[in-house]
This record gives sequence, structure tokens and C-alpha cells, in this order.
Amino acid sequence: MTARNESAMSEPQQDVPNPNLSRREMGVGDVILQVRGLRTWFYTRAGIVKAVDGIDFDLRQGETLGIVGESGCGKSMTARSLLRLVPRPAGRIVSGQILLEGEDLVTKSEEEMRQVRGKRISMILQDPQTSLNPLYTIGNQLREALGQAHRGNSKSMVRRAIDALRSVNVAAPERRLHDYPHQMSGGMKQRVVGAIAISCEPSVIIADEPTTALDVTIQLQYLRLLKEIQENTGLAIIFITHDFGVVARMCDRVAVMYAGRIVEQGPVRELFNNPSHPYTEALMASVPKLEERVEWLYSIEGQPPLLRDLPPGCRFAPRCPEAREQCLAEYPSSHRLSPEHTAHCWRLDTSWQ
Amino acid sequence: MEVSLPTPAQAGPQAGRVSRFVREVRRYPLIPITILIVVLIIPAIFAPWIAPYHPIDDGGLPNRLKPPVWAEGGTWDHVLGTDKQGRDILSRIIHGAKYVLMVSLSVIFVSGIIGVSLGLIAGYFGGWIDNLIMRGVDVFLAIPAILLALALVTSRGPSFGVVIFVICFILWSRYARQVRGEVLTIKNQDFVARARVVGASHFRVIVRHILPNVFNTIIVLATLQVGFVILLEAILSFLGAGIPRPTPAWGLLVSEGRELVISGKGWQLSLFPGVAIVLVVLSFNLLGDWLRDRLDPKQRNL
Repeated sequence: MTARNESAMSEPQQDVPNPNLSRREMGVGDVILQVRGLRTWFYTRAGIVKAVDGIDFDLRQGETLGIVGESGCGKSMTARSLLRLVPRPAGRIVSGQILLEGEDLVTKSEEEMRQVRGKRISMILQDPQTSLNPLYTIGNQLREALGQAHRGNSKSMVRRAIDALRSVNVAAPERRLHDYPHQMSGGMKQRVVGAIAISCEPSVIIADEPTTALDVTIQLQYLRLLKEIQENTGLAIIFITHDFGVVARMCDRVAVMYAGRIVEQGPVRELFNNPSHPYTEALMASVPKLEERVEWLYSIEGQPPLLRDLPPGCRFAPRCPEAREQCLAEYPSSHRLSPEHTAHCWRLDTSWQ
Repeated sequence: MEVSLPTPAQAGPQAGRVSRFVREVRRYPLIPITILIVVLIIPAIFAPWIAPYHPIDDGGLPNRLKPPVWAEGGTWDHVLGTDKQGRDILSRIIHGAKYVLMVSLSVIFVSGIIGVSLGLIAGYFGGWIDNLIMRGVDVFLAIPAILLALALVTSRGPSFGVVIFVICFILWSRYARQVRGEVLTIKNQDFVARARVVGASHFRVIVRHILPNVFNTIIVLATLQVGFVILLEAILSFLGAGIPRPTPAWGLLVSEGRELVISGKGWQLSLFPGVAIVLVVLSFNLLGDWLRDRLDPKQRNL
């Protein structure tokens, strides 16, 4: 199937909330990041891999948006696309807009993007073990980040670096500056990575599964720290995870991704109480519950589709227990369940009955 | 009697320091290093002062083909004997060390810089740049070096420059290939992504984050290459496509003795320069192996 067909058939744009409207209605904060119809495709020998295939979402100041979904559904590539750090040369943002405070990042030059990265959007990567270069002290690496944003003599840089470490609760930051990454624990390293990410005071931080590599006790500590930083600075956070517990704790709104698309998004409480896409339902059903004793843990039948060979209709249809013919034929448009809660499913359509 | 606890501590520093020194020293590959210093580095630097005779001036007919000192008819005047023109072989070997060192250092640097930069670019950017460079590497690896050298020598005449050019021509591709492979794994590590996330340019990422991480590999490769370079230079000189006569390059010295080896009259002409080549190449290879073990991140405990 050609790219043109695909996009013509499933353009769910008309139902996307008007940012101005939602701002007035919600009053949570200004919309600082709008993503519209973002597509990031990989051109490989085996075909076009549609890692991100037309997603829309808004992010407001001071808010945390969770992006959940199983591995390989395009969460991380969404994050990288926002920073325009899609692995080259195979990957490319083919269409869409990323509006940061009204400026489209997709059309910016590489040089202009460098002014955005770190300073306006930053990112915390998954694995603290490899996020720091083993050859340099952490003070050195903090100064590298700071040096991209600020001019200043080395003394003021050191002061800023110490402040950054203090803000992530690293004890004795003056001494820690001279440490190498291998001298620190995983939790400590991830805090340093956090310090580097926030050191240039960005307005948006993307946290790509920042707690996956940490042990459970440290996870909670880290999440609290992120919340605290958010409260102090008014950061907007995009939190990528596959842990619903973390979503419930951290996020104001959630977007559920499946095979490169957002299938449902809405405020955390609404989405948890009233999951409207069968995939969201299935995901929640597969979270084991402590109070129930079951023989078998629930799991979703089948495999997610290959991103280079997507079905023409709803991407979840082949695994969906309620799928009908129309689900296999055409991608469902967006349906509004409440001002903030939308889902892409034929079940919600008037033609379903 | 007083408590004698301090005694070992008092005696300790002296003995401890010595044994610590011995232990420290034994961690290094002493034999190859000693051989290199004695056979290559000291002669290369101090040749005019330590060589007993001039390397090129005729020694006069009466002194022709003197055997080494321990053979029948040998004298202490010429420890390793003399060649057809009565030149002292030891002096010629000592002076030859300079050329060995010059050729290998310049080749390693030039081909290293070219190969490493191209390897970094190919590995980091990937895509058509990678394809272009790596196909180039394949082409260069397919060119028969010796034939190329002979062709160049017949057209341009033998010279120091031709030798360096030809060897660089073959060697850079090995660096490029090795470095590219390493870069492919390093560039996918999160710290590279992190550097990009905070706004570092491609150039900065390559120079500051990737290059230092492949440096170990480059050093090991360079050390192992030195032996190969010396051999190649010797081969080229032996074939007459290398450093021009009468420069006492070691390969040339071996080649000068080749008819006499068969007749049995002048075996010392080829043997001693040959031994020097073997010792130096072997030492460099041992040193390279040691460095590889030493710099292997899995064995490193800093």
C-alpha cells in the first residue's frame, strides 16, 4: 500500500481539539507543545516501517502526559521525533507538525534545532548506565550541557553544575562533580542524567522510561523527585512508560499508543474509569491485581502487527475480540467521549448498532 | 621489652618500596620494551655516536667480507663482519634503525589520521557516506601493494616518499574498517543520544564522545601495525622498490647479501639485518598484544 493511500484513508484530524478552545475550557495552563499528524517512517530494505504514523496530542505547561503502550509501538520514536533525533539515515519525519510555543520544529534547520534541544525540550533516557560517557567526570558532562546554553567563565559554570546536582538531591555535590560515572550507583546516575536534562531549564522534558532500569525502591524516589522538580519549575513532562502504576502516580493525562498511533487519550481518571478502546481495556486487564487469585494472568491474544506491513483498517482489529468487518476495512475516526477524552474505535460510531 | 609493632613498619617503607617497584615494573612487558629500546630506539637516535664506522663510506678492499668476530678470521674491528665493499655491518644496521623508525612512525600517523577520520565519518553518519567509504576500503584492500610500489618506482624512481605513500595507501583502510565497526556500537549508546539531546553538534559528538571511546582500539591497532609496516618496508626495499641505495635500510641490507648467502661467503650480510627485523617486529607484536589485553575494558579496573 502506498503512503498516499494510507494517509488519505485515515486522516482523523477533524476531531482534534482546538488548542485555544481547550485552553479556555481547562485552564490548567497554556498549551506549549502541539503535535499534529506526526509521521516518522523508516525506509529499510524490507519496506517502510511506520514507527509513528499520524499522532496528535497537546501538552500544557506544568502537566504530565503519559504515553503508554507495549514495546515497539512507537513510544520512543515519538519522543525522538519531538527532538528531531530520529536515527538517520533510515528514519525520517515524513509529515506533521511539532509546534513548540507556536514554532514548528519540523521545518527548523539542524542548527536551529540545536538551540531547541536541551534549552527548550530535553530528555531523560532509559538507561542511566549508558547515558553518561564513561570517560568523563559528571562535572565535565554537566558543564557540556550548560555550555550549550550559557556563556560564562568556568567558575560560574561550576556553580551552575553544583546547583543542578543539588536540585536532584545529590549529596555533597561539590565532591560528586569530580566523580566518574562508574563510581556512582544506578539511582545516583539517573539523578545526574536528570540534572543534566533540567540544567538548561527547558520547558518540556521527555522522560523515556526513566525508571525501568532502576530498582523498585529507587523508582519511587525518582518519581517523587521528578514531581518535585515539576512543581518548582512548572515543567511539562512527557512520560513514556508501560507501567500503569507509574501512570496513575505521575500523569495528568494519558495517551495509549498502538502500532504507531494514539488509539485513546484522556485525563488519567477518566481513562482508567472508562477505557473506551478495546486495546486500553485489554491493557488494563493484563495488569495483575493483588486482591485476586487467578489461575492464568490475562494476556492479549496474538502479536502486534509488523510496522512495515500494517493492516488497512484498525490496527488492533486482528487481535480485537469485538472486531467486525468494518474494523478490518477502514481505520476508525476519532470519537469524543468527553471534552478531553477521545478514542479511535468503531464501537463508538453510530453505525455500530 | 617494648611492643615491637613499629618495627615492621619502620623496616617496611624501604623494603616495601622496592618490592612495590619490582611488582610495578613486572606488570610491563619488559623483554619487548628492552629489545625495542636497544635495537631500535637508541640506534635510531644516537647512530652517529655509537656506530663504530661510517655506514656508507667504503671500508677499502682489504676489509671486504670479513666474517663476524666469533667466526674464523673475524676481528673485534668489525663485530658483525663487513660487506662486499668493506663497510661495517653493525654500523649499517645501527644507522638503518633511523629509517625504520621514520618510515613506521610517519606511516602510522598519516594512515592513522586518514583511516580513523574516514572510519568515524562512515560509522557515525551511515547511509550513502558509509557505503561510499567502505566500498573505497574494499577497493584499496584489493590493490596489490607490491605491484603498485613497483609500478610507482619504475615511473617515479625509488624514494623515501614513495615508500611512505604506498604503505599508507594500504594501511588506512584497516583503520577505517576497524574504527567504523566500533563506532557502530558506540553511536547507539545512550550517552551519544544524551549529548545530542542537550544540543551538541555532530562534530562535537564525534570528537568528544566517540573518538575517545575508540582510542584504545586505535592504539592497539597502531602498535600491531608497526610490525607490519616494518616488514612491508623491508620487502619493498628488498625488491628494490623501497628506500634507494645506498641508504642502509634493513630490507636493503638483507637484499644486498642475497647472492652471497647462496655462495656461503657472506651469510652475515643478510643474517644480521634479518635478525634485527625479526626482533623489532616480534617486539612490536608482543607489545601490541599486551596493550590489547591491558586496554580491554572488560579487564580494566581503574
